[in-house]
Amino acid sequence: MAILDAIVGWKTLPFGCHVLEPGNSARFRTGDWRSQRPSTDREKCIKCGMCWIFCPDMAYRQTPEGYFEADMEYCKGCGICANECPKDAITMSPEEE
Amino acid sequence: MAKRVGIEVSIAVAEAVRLADVDVVPAYPITPQTHIVEHLSEFVANGELDAEFIPVESEHAAMSCCCGSSAAGARTFTSSSSQGLSLMSEILYHPGPMRLPIVMVVANRALAAPISIWNDHQDIMVQRDIGWIQTFAENGQDAFDLTLHAFRVAEDRRVSLPMIVNIDGFTLSHVIEPIEILSKEEVGRFLPPFKPRFRLDTKKPISIGPVGVPEVYTEAKVAHNEALKASKRVIVQAWKEFANLFGRQYNPVETYRSEDAEVILVTMGSISETAMTAVDAMRDAGQKVGLVRIRLWRPFPGPEFKKAIGKAGVLAVIDRCLPPGAVCGPVGAELRSLFYKVPGAPKIFSFVAGLGGRDVTVDRFKEIVEKARTYAKRRPVENYEVIGVREQ
Repeated sequence: MAILDAIVGWKTLPFGCHVLEPGNSARFRTGDWRSQRPSTDREKCIKCGMCWIFCPDMAYRQTPEGYFEADMEYCKGCGICANECPKDAITMSPEEE
Repeated sequence: MAKRVGIEVSIAVAEAVRLADVDVVPAYPITPQTHIVEHLSEFVANGELDAEFIPVESEHAAMSCCCGSSAAGARTFTSSSSQGLSLMSEILYHPGPMRLPIVMVVANRALAAPISIWNDHQDIMVQRDIGWIQTFAENGQDAFDLTLHAFRVAEDRRVSLPMIVNIDGFTLSHVIEPIEILSKEEVGRFLPPFKPRFRLDTKKPISIGPVGVPEVYTEAKVAHNEALKASKRVIVQAWKEFANLFGRQYNPVETYRSEDAEVILVTMGSISETAMTAVDAMRDAGQKVGLVRIRLWRPFPGPEFKKAIGKAGVLAVIDRCLPPGAVCGPVGAELRSLFYKVPGAPKIFSFVAGLGGRDVTVDRFKEIVEKARTYAKRRPVENYEVIGVREQ
């Protein structure tokens, strides 16, 4: 986890607190902030990919069967996918359930 | 060879920036800094300086542009004053910890209200803790030399920090003085090309200025603070080299007739010149008075200051900033905390003078010394006193 990687002393902190390694934001697993999680009803889903397009965190991945699933390590539970789904196939449910 | 010419100090500063061959000048004009950036825009327009002059829509944008261009690896200069400097304030905190060596000349001016375009140090004292290296010029030659010195120090890879040269508005910025302007070749011997440690480059992508989560913020601040403190060595070294090349020596703390002095005046900036005249007058009258001028304000040269005051028992510190509701003026407070519980510490009296362009005359300095002498005998060291204020 990126936050743990960053726990270093001031002498070993990168110069100017720069991020020297490109693309390392993939290591920021932000899914632990979530209070709601999306679930897709595959009966209703037409595989249009709107959820994948609109997800601001690029948490959606396409499965071999062509459906789209949110990766819960990155999904923040914002609900944009559920809002944008033209078939109302995505429902948001509280995380504790 | 260097030639001595009668020149307005602002133009001399612009000349120094031209000789430093800057790449980018984002600037917004504000009195009394205006002439500096006006001349730079002329240099760029006339083809005398191969740089981008960016006429931005505010000082906030000016400093934002500076951060971007410096991060891209360009030698970057801007200039500001007073309300404009305050408008920059939000961005001023970025380049220090981000280690961007921007150089800025601040033509010091009072802050409103009431609106005042005239000189004092309240604008820069607001920005005391932005984490830039800060020096103060006493005269036009200082302003020219310190501007070149600023590029050299800020861009040194061991430093890589932004730097401000403070020059008193109007008192310096708008006067014509005989100033020795160095040649391009001479400047080339002192100031190497800018080679940043890191810069924005699509071939080697990095992020500059990311979010600092609680796990790294403290360490990032400490790293910046330590870099700022460590810069003093490079600052002094660059001044020594400047003296070797051009014969003018600058020091973090300068003294004038302070050996054996009983009372020492402490000043910053151009009033130091008047203070020297006042010291001469008081010495002629048999008083053991000396002067210590602080040239390097950040990082504060504590050991050098302690050495400079020798065995003087009384310090009369003159602040050109009135800190409402505070216990002491900013320079006075710095010195009181420097000497806190130091055995044999001098008594430190804090005076506020020369606000909003009011002259601090030789007589005022005499008055300050007289008051400091009297208070040293019978009054506890506390608070500060505004000099020359009319009561009725």
